[in-house]
Amino acid sequence: MVRVQVWGSLKPAIGGDDSVEVEGETINDLLKALSEQYPGMAEAVRRGVSVTVNGEMYANAVMVPVKPDDEVFILPKLVGG
Amino acid sequence: MNVQPDNKAMKRDFDIVGKRTPRPDGIDKVTGRARFGADMSMPGMLWGLVLRSPHAHAKIKRIDTSKAEKLNGVHAIVTSKDFGPCDDSLLDIRENVMAREKALYDGHAVAAVAAVSRSVARQALKLIKVDYQVLPHVTDVDEAMKPDAPVINDKLFTKGLDKTPKKPSNIAERFEFGHGEVEKGFKEADLVIERTFRTEATHQGYIEPHACVASMGADGRGEMWVCTQGHFMVRNTCAGLLGIDVSNLRVTASEIGGGFGGKTTVFIEPVALALSLKANRPVKMVMSREEVLRASGPTSSSSIDVKIGMKKDGTITAGDATLRYQGGAFPGSAVPYGAMACFAPYDLKNVRAIGWDVIANRPKQAAYRAPGAPMGAYAIESVIDELCRELKLDPIDVRLKNASSDGSKASYGPNFGVIGLKATLEAAKNHPHWKAKLGKNQGRGVACGFWFNFGGETSVSLNVNVDGTVGLSVGTPDIGGSRASIGNMAAEELGIPHDKVRCIIADTASLGYNDVTDGSRVTFASGMAAIQAARDAIGKLCERAAKIWGIPVDAVVWEKGHARPASPNAGKHEPLSLADIAAQAGATGGPIAGHCEINAEGAGVSFATHMVDSEVDPETGHVKILRYTVFQDAGKAVHPSYVEGQFQGGAVQGIGWALNEEYIYSKDGRLQNPGFLDYRIPVCSDLPMIDTVIVEVPNPGHPYGVRGVGETSIVPPLAAISNSVSDAAKVRMTRLPMSPPNVLKALGRI
Repeated sequence: MVRVQVWGSLKPAIGGDDSVEVEGETINDLLKALSEQYPGMAEAVRRGVSVTVNGEMYANAVMVPVKPDDEVFILPKLVGG
Repeated sequence: MNVQPDNKAMKRDFDIVGKRTPRPDGIDKVTGRARFGADMSMPGMLWGLVLRSPHAHAKIKRIDTSKAEKLNGVHAIVTSKDFGPCDDSLLDIRENVMAREKALYDGHAVAAVAAVSRSVARQALKLIKVDYQVLPHVTDVDEAMKPDAPVINDKLFTKGLDKTPKKPSNIAERFEFGHGEVEKGFKEADLVIERTFRTEATHQGYIEPHACVASMGADGRGEMWVCTQGHFMVRNTCAGLLGIDVSNLRVTASEIGGGFGGKTTVFIEPVALALSLKANRPVKMVMSREEVLRASGPTSSSSIDVKIGMKKDGTITAGDATLRYQGGAFPGSAVPYGAMACFAPYDLKNVRAIGWDVIANRPKQAAYRAPGAPMGAYAIESVIDELCRELKLDPIDVRLKNASSDGSKASYGPNFGVIGLKATLEAAKNHPHWKAKLGKNQGRGVACGFWFNFGGETSVSLNVNVDGTVGLSVGTPDIGGSRASIGNMAAEELGIPHDKVRCIIADTASLGYNDVTDGSRVTFASGMAAIQAARDAIGKLCERAAKIWGIPVDAVVWEKGHARPASPNAGKHEPLSLADIAAQAGATGGPIAGHCEINAEGAGVSFATHMVDSEVDPETGHVKILRYTVFQDAGKAVHPSYVEGQFQGGAVQGIGWALNEEYIYSKDGRLQNPGFLDYRIPVCSDLPMIDTVIVEVPNPGHPYGVRGVGETSIVPPLAAISNSVSDAAKVRMTRLPMSPPNVLKALGRI
């Protein structure tokens, strides 16, 4: 299980907490599991998110491996100028 | 030999990287040979012009194009009916490039004409009759949030709340970031200051207007020449909007006269393609400056509440901010990034930032250098400055005391890696500027700023030519010197002189997909890909040397541009230069090339500290910038002159945003200053020399330690200048721009 933390306004989507544990070995696994378990997360994932793993930001490289003790954050999809 | 070197190995000993080599595009630009968006013409080309709404908000009851169609010389007219079904992700872009049921802002495109000349097209526009039903409008962010505000989109229900509201509103979404307990933190403070700030919408102010030529053939294959930050984005978006196979559209990026984020989307490009499709002739479109200001993508205007608590020793105990950004008539303002970035420079136990994404009857905002971050930083850094003054604390020492550092928890969630904020603050504290004396009516301000940076999808090809020169094809338009920096990194890796590498921006048919030039990503990501492509080519060069010498490839090494035997056991062979091997390429196996296709990750975040001296004329309210110094972490400055240019450019755009630039709307919702006479960007006579200090804290995510530098430099200026003006005027400034009327109001003179 990997603990996934979400940005504040996504808390209601995962039941009110700021994090939740889900099964997965890659970012893709985690996003898929979150989407299946929490409909509110499914919409956020569909619209696009960025994910940090141990502080490293991944915009759309979803096959990045994750381990149970990794720090994983889901954030809004980044754009730049 | 090491055919597959460790791509993450960090090189720190450079021959070319870090040198100020001549800019490869310099001669073309000063002689006029460089070809920009409007420089392309094609045989049989038509001119396209757009009819735009004169109303801020109006229902389009009917469009009658019959008279215009009969005008001699008119070949095609398009309206929203010419843009059919598309993917959901493109719906807002489709509606923005051509209004459908409603015109949503002054300048919204309603119809377009292609004709044999601009004058005929202009006559045709006058013959198109649009029957509007004018609707109530709203352009101010706070007004747009009120319950009785005119609702712009009756299908918009606020997201990000515990419960989705039953009534539509102009509030698209709520975002929240932070950790700890802010109320508890405020109780621990010796002083708490709470302020509200406002900023006006500004434009990127690129000198070259949007321009393109689209040519769609009868065989369903098309070509486009476009001034853009991302020609692959243009290809995919236009193909998606008009139902064209991606492979049937080839897009070439022109030279670009500035973008700063404003050219990361499309405006006239799909319209030109639709006209060409209908006319079966090439169509050229060039926006006027008025069109650029009314109908391209400025940044958001904002309204921000900030509350920060501090102990007498300078420790920040809590920070709380609510940011409200209007992003024009469509959801998607940069408020989440403003909310994420605003407290990022500080390692805080208790912090919260709430962002509200609001729509209003204004043009759909586009990215502008570090989208959303400058406004948030303005508000937070202003209150920190005021706390320092009230508690009589040194503002740099306070920032150093609270600064984020390696491993500290960012205000938006994750832990930082290796970062250079403290190094920029130390550099500022030790700089002569900090100790220089100030005169009457003069003040000094400092502020910090943060931007995320990112990498993204990138494809590069490197071709070794028969004479030992190298052609390097990248797919990221050069908006700030990236051809020099990427070419120099390839030359560094290959061990050949920088002028033996020619870097070009290849068209969409010649390379794999490349993300847009944005997010300060190109020197990082295309540079990383160029290094890896060079290493790929080196592997092949070593294989050819091994063939020539008749020894195993693992007995060959590549050093300083030559293949050499790895050890005496490999035999006695004279080193072969890249040119030696290239000359025998045909005989030894054919062309030699290196490639790299990556989704580049590992872009290190970036911090800067800015220091500004200003003088306020209490009689006129005029603010003069006297001295300006930028301290920013570049990781590794590949080409220091271009890095300094990025620092200076961000500072100058920040000066314009802080002092003069603003979108001014009249009561009827029409833009009042759509030209550079009334929308005043800084000119040379407004500016001192912007001094720069390049701090280098290498990014472990890049082989050379590179961090993106293009955006962070616009984050601190609004706050640094406001803090300086507040010091000079002896009154806290809370509204931008600090134009003479606004300064006189703050001084109580009017």
